[in-house]
Amino acid sequence: MTGASAAPSATSTRPEESTDFGSEPPGTPPGRAPGLSPFEFLRWAWRQLTSMRTALLLLLLLALAAIPGSVVPQADVAAVQVSRWKEAHPDLAPIYERLGLFSVYDSPWFSAIYLLLMVSLVGCILPRTAVYARSLRVAPPKAPRNLGRLPAYLGVQTDEAPDVVLDRARAALRRRRYRVVSSGPADGGSVAAERGYLREAGNLLFHVSVIVVLVGFAYGQLLGYKGGSIVLVGKGFANSLTQYDDFAPGSFYDPADLQPMSLTVDSFEAEFLRTGPQRGQPVDFGADVTYRETPSAEPRRHRLAVNHPLVLDEVSVFLVGHGYAPVLTVRDGNGDVAYSGPVVFLPQDASFASFGVLKVPDAQPEQLGFDGMFFPTYNFTMARGPFSVFPDALNPALSMLAYSGDLGMDEGAPQSVFELDTDQLEKVKRADQRDFRLDLAPGRTVRLPDGLGSVRFDGWQRWVKLQISDTPGKAIALTGMVLALVGLMGSLFIRRRRVWVRVTSREGGSYVEVAGLDRSGSSDGLVEEISRLADVVVPAGEEERLR
Amino acid sequence: MIEGMAPADVAAFSDRAFMFASIVYVLAVLGHLVEWASSLGTVAATRDRSPVGVAAGSSPAGAATTDAAVDDDRADVEERRRLRVETAGRIGVALTVLATVLHAAAVVSRAFASDPARVPWGNMYEFTMTGALGVSVIYLALLSPLRLRWMGLFVTGFQVVVLMLANLTLEQAAGPLVPALHSYWLVIHVGAAILATGAFAVGALTSVVFLLQERAQRRTQAPAAAGSNRVSRVLLERFPPPDVLDRLSYRLHAVAFPLWTFAALIAGPIWAEYAWGSYWNWDPKEVWAFITWVIYAAYLHARATAGWRGRAAAVLALIGFATLLFNFVGINFFFGAGSMHSYAGS
Repeated sequence: MTGASAAPSATSTRPEESTDFGSEPPGTPPGRAPGLSPFEFLRWAWRQLTSMRTALLLLLLLALAAIPGSVVPQADVAAVQVSRWKEAHPDLAPIYERLGLFSVYDSPWFSAIYLLLMVSLVGCILPRTAVYARSLRVAPPKAPRNLGRLPAYLGVQTDEAPDVVLDRARAALRRRRYRVVSSGPADGGSVAAERGYLREAGNLLFHVSVIVVLVGFAYGQLLGYKGGSIVLVGKGFANSLTQYDDFAPGSFYDPADLQPMSLTVDSFEAEFLRTGPQRGQPVDFGADVTYRETPSAEPRRHRLAVNHPLVLDEVSVFLVGHGYAPVLTVRDGNGDVAYSGPVVFLPQDASFASFGVLKVPDAQPEQLGFDGMFFPTYNFTMARGPFSVFPDALNPALSMLAYSGDLGMDEGAPQSVFELDTDQLEKVKRADQRDFRLDLAPGRTVRLPDGLGSVRFDGWQRWVKLQISDTPGKAIALTGMVLALVGLMGSLFIRRRRVWVRVTSREGGSYVEVAGLDRSGSSDGLVEEISRLADVVVPAGEEERLR
Repeated sequence: MIEGMAPADVAAFSDRAFMFASIVYVLAVLGHLVEWASSLGTVAATRDRSPVGVAAGSSPAGAATTDAAVDDDRADVEERRRLRVETAGRIGVALTVLATVLHAAAVVSRAFASDPARVPWGNMYEFTMTGALGVSVIYLALLSPLRLRWMGLFVTGFQVVVLMLANLTLEQAAGPLVPALHSYWLVIHVGAAILATGAFAVGALTSVVFLLQERAQRRTQAPAAAGSNRVSRVLLERFPPPDVLDRLSYRLHAVAFPLWTFAALIAGPIWAEYAWGSYWNWDPKEVWAFITWVIYAAYLHARATAGWRGRAAAVLALIGFATLLFNFVGINFFFGAGSMHSYAGS
């Protein structure tokens, strides 16, 4: 696939099967190092790397290497699943970690494959482009002596003079967008024509565009960022690092560059199907937000919904999820309010049964912790226990376990707000030593045993999960991909063909030979094209031979 | 037909049309089976006759007249057999046309079975149904220009299997789209994916037949196997020659590949950027769409280099199709919740 051998030889009439990146350089048997001098070895290695066989192998290897990333959870896509997976497979986790299986697409071995592929690609494109540029300036080769050997050939005798026929042939070929040159003796002559030069251009465009796409993609990965934030309805979000629940910057991204955008979630509505077999399926949901592009900018309103993001210059905001936040008031053993406000619960299934944790470090005399479920439409059966039958909050209820003791929040180690560290906590028990469970409807209060305090379920709010991200280089990648498609179609569907017409004086008229050769690997329709061409060039001719 | 009908009635109509389409596809399979069985008989008869013919040549002159009469009789039998093959084949095609019409009715009415009407590819059941229709339509459209009669048994068999699986494992009642699919990109992205999948499916079918045919050719050419391999002979007789199949397969893939490129690597990322805030998320479905793309790209490269023509290229195309199927079925069932495309599943 080094270019030199792919040069269209000017006199060749042999059907050249491959116009794609292909043939091996002649005289270099593949798979064996010929010389041993360092320069020769380098040249040999370069030829190996840029050979078609290697490129194919690398392509297939890339496909193979992409598989683990779809099977093993990926840290940058699903961090929670990764930690769950690690807990479930303590023996395998370190091995996987070392192999980079939790971030396959940034791993050294994956990068090695696509970098080699890119080098191989460049090693193809450069010489091929040079060859192509030269071939554009080369006129179509002269008619071979024996046209009858070509895959499509037709001989016709006519009464017309050779000049007339040749003129007509030139005109007809030009109309068919052939590049035409004429030559030959005075008593006749021949026309050589070629078309389909854009096939190779398409081929080159496709391969260059693939590199453009990769560059655009890498640019976005390195200089972009993606973060998520849960915002209660009625509350606001300001675009600074502290406001994010999760934040994944590209390697070269500086968080100081965050656009100082801010927004307030004014309202949120979710509508679900209330009847029919798909009951509970969401029909529509969206939030009305008021945003400012910069602190001094005019506030504007936007309806944020799935497929309807807020797109600003350097940042886009997407609505990616929603859920419930029960509002709780906790009084401690002294009767003081130790906590009052909404608690974000995370939906666990399509019915929005949600799990949440409340930590009350300010409670006296002992710290209090709670974990449990929120059911928007509560139901209970002996077989299933409590569950939610519908995602909308038609009959909300809360069911939690209570803990008392030390929440372990003073030890400095960061804790997840969705997990209780129960090492130094004890479950609150009833008098009969069974777990004390708080089952609450809105507006109700439950008194904890042993004078630990009380919990009131004031009501519920909704929250929305916003994804805030910026991916520079999108336009580069998209343009590259569209150009790749255009080039691909050119390289697949443009036919590269050569046609020769030779006219010789004979019996007071002319003997006309028309022959064609396909250089794009498929001779479909070639014979038909030649025969149609002959009909135009010699309308009243007498066909002698047709193959 | 749709006006004035409740969506539930239209949904019921769609289900019924789907059921009848499946039944008629089964009948079409039977038609093509008879066609094949009869042609097996034809070849058998041809083979049985040859030793008799040799015997006739070396027999005394007095026996010649009776032999001629026998030959006439045989030719007659042969003619009737050919007629039977032809008739059964035509019945198979006619039934396929009928089944396709019913199938199309099921797909179109499915679009109107939810309020408001929408594209009939909002979940896997509908995607399968519409994709399968695409295969039938491509087959029928190319039937006469490319002389695809030989494909009949395979296409109808494919339809029976696919529709049955769709009905047993994927069926979902008609209903409105989930909010994530409220976008015209659903029409563009999934529409292109359906077209590409249909073309890849017909291409894969051609590659399978190519492999069978190529093997049959090698077998009958092997001296040891001469005359003993009836099935191989039938294959050789009923299918186009391997090089024709190879070219046809390449052309189908050459059409499908740009479609797939558009669906998976242009329309998909644009929609993803719009809906998820990132045009490429390494979602399992994206990864496998990419794997499929890479393998078909390798196929086209391999095909363009002289050495990989034929068997190796066909195998590569089939591997590509396997990844496509896995992406469609496997991802939704095995990775269900982990994929952002999982709303398309059950």
